[in-house]
Amino acid sequence: MDPQQPAGAGPGTATVTAPPEIPARADEARQARREQFRLLWRSKTFIAGALILGFWVICAIFGEVIAPDDPFATDPLNDLAAPSGDHWFGTDRLGRDVLSRVIVGAQDILIVAPLATLLGTALGTVLGLLTGYFRGAVDDVLSRIIDAFLALPVIIVGLMAIVALGPSNVTVIFVIGLVFAPVIARTVRAAVLTEREFEYVAAARLRNEHTAYIMFAEILPNVSGPILVEFTVRLGYAIFTIATLSFLGLGIQPPAPDWGVQIFEQYGLISGGYWWPVLFPALAIASLVVAVNLMADGVTQAFERG
Amino acid sequence: MARFIAKRVLLGLITLWLLSVLIFLLAQVLPGDVGRRILGPFADQKAVDALNHELGTDRSLLAQYGDWIGGFVTGDMGESLAFRRPVDDVIGPALVNSAKLALLAFVIVVPLAIVGGVYAALKEGRPADRVISVGGISATAIPEFVWAVVLILVFALTLDLLPVTAQAPPESGFFTQLKYLLLPALCLVFVLFGYISRMARAGTIESLDSDYTRTAIIKGLPRRTVIRRHVLRNSLLPTIAVVATQIGYLIGGLVVIEVIFNYNGIGQALFDGLQQKDFPLLQSTVLIVGIVYLVATLLADILYSLLNPRLRLGAAE
Repeated sequence: MDPQQPAGAGPGTATVTAPPEIPARADEARQARREQFRLLWRSKTFIAGALILGFWVICAIFGEVIAPDDPFATDPLNDLAAPSGDHWFGTDRLGRDVLSRVIVGAQDILIVAPLATLLGTALGTVLGLLTGYFRGAVDDVLSRIIDAFLALPVIIVGLMAIVALGPSNVTVIFVIGLVFAPVIARTVRAAVLTEREFEYVAAARLRNEHTAYIMFAEILPNVSGPILVEFTVRLGYAIFTIATLSFLGLGIQPPAPDWGVQIFEQYGLISGGYWWPVLFPALAIASLVVAVNLMADGVTQAFERG
Repeated sequence: MARFIAKRVLLGLITLWLLSVLIFLLAQVLPGDVGRRILGPFADQKAVDALNHELGTDRSLLAQYGDWIGGFVTGDMGESLAFRRPVDDVIGPALVNSAKLALLAFVIVVPLAIVGGVYAALKEGRPADRVISVGGISATAIPEFVWAVVLILVFALTLDLLPVTAQAPPESGFFTQLKYLLLPALCLVFVLFGYISRMARAGTIESLDSDYTRTAIIKGLPRRTVIRRHVLRNSLLPTIAVVATQIGYLIGGLVVIEVIFNYNGIGQALFDGLQQKDFPLLQSTVLIVGIVYLVATLLADILYSLLNPRLRLGAAE
């Protein structure tokens, strides 16, 4: 039935002790996963998002080479120059080239947001496995705490923690990671609750496997779909939240040419007619979050139908 | 039913208590020495100690927590350090202002998102559906402050139709206030639209797929009647209940919007409290935000179960 059966599972190597259903199930799972990735590459929204994200990743890596000017070089005689042939996006209040700052500005957010999301996903997965697997008192206590945590908007918890700890990229990564963990834990918990009822979990328990082995080696691979979906969705929220924190002056810190920081520093100027130092970074943020969310939409459709 | 509600209320109260502990820890314990924070690193230790004694922050954490909660319940939230006024005097008008802004945003977004979502569901898979779905995702993904910048540039500065601030002059009438609140409310509308329309779309698609809809079609009812009587009735009521849970996100957005548009609401009060390290103001504001969210979700839960007897009976066991 499955022509792509991997070597080693063929009839020649089958041993008497290996139950036949398990390799079959593993193969089916692998087949399903391949099908999901094929679906993903056919999704137009996913490809569109990936292309835009790719563009910004290139800007982040090679920004200093691509940028026409030094993004930090001030030019007080030439401040707030309107867009022209010399400065396509104009210059900001310190005479810095806005185009160069928009290009290099991709760096911080593209490091901070994925790391924060990764941290949140790792913590949330462990928390979700624990609450979903043990249920009972562990689940009740942790779930109540998670509920209390979720009653506050992410941005408010983030603001309070960052004010208390002092803003820096590392603080932002930890705070956003910690704030996202409960949300991810809730999704993983729901997936684990259905998964733990399957026979393979009971079988592993009968084989006397370690609880940690059952959770991480047996259940975890089977809930990887929802976790992947949750990661891509949360990455969009992380960019949203970190940009907002930077805009409020409590995320990424000046003089980094981060987009949120640029808007924070100069949005007071727009009522004076100086729109270019604010509009271009705003469009950059918009394109990045939309790209990540389009990708997340593609991933959700591919992996939740499967 | 009464048992179900009692259980939900009890769980809500436990969550609320945990929330108050969490806020207390975030606002009191994380910042460390409050007197030192206010007076700065170069202040004399004696002055710091004296201020801590005056503020009561040199007592045990348990005593401070008990004092705060006791005061909060009786309506005495202490004195704001930044405004030198009782905290309830600052929070009261701010709550009213924020409620106005939030209400306007909801009045615009709920009908718009439901119509959009239902229309997308009826055209599932066709271009109209893709446009609404992708447009909704994009509108929701873009942070409020980015929408604010773009909308201010277009409607306030280029077209000169609407004011740049949200605070209407004192004593202004309903329509003047409306004019001032329109731009900030629109920023919130964009961010809320995607989520609510997605819920409405999913609910409608689910009930279009159901057996009772198929039965109604096979019975020979006209499509209009099937949609109005069978599809919408089942898909929309849960969607409306879900809208209540969006209040949490809305308040997060209010912080940013009120700061940009210079509007005297709960978000601005919270941000001031943070920046000025005004912990009495901060604690109580955040707790009120949490209470608003918990009450809204509780009402949504009860409403949802009233509309869905299967869930009510299942959850009450």
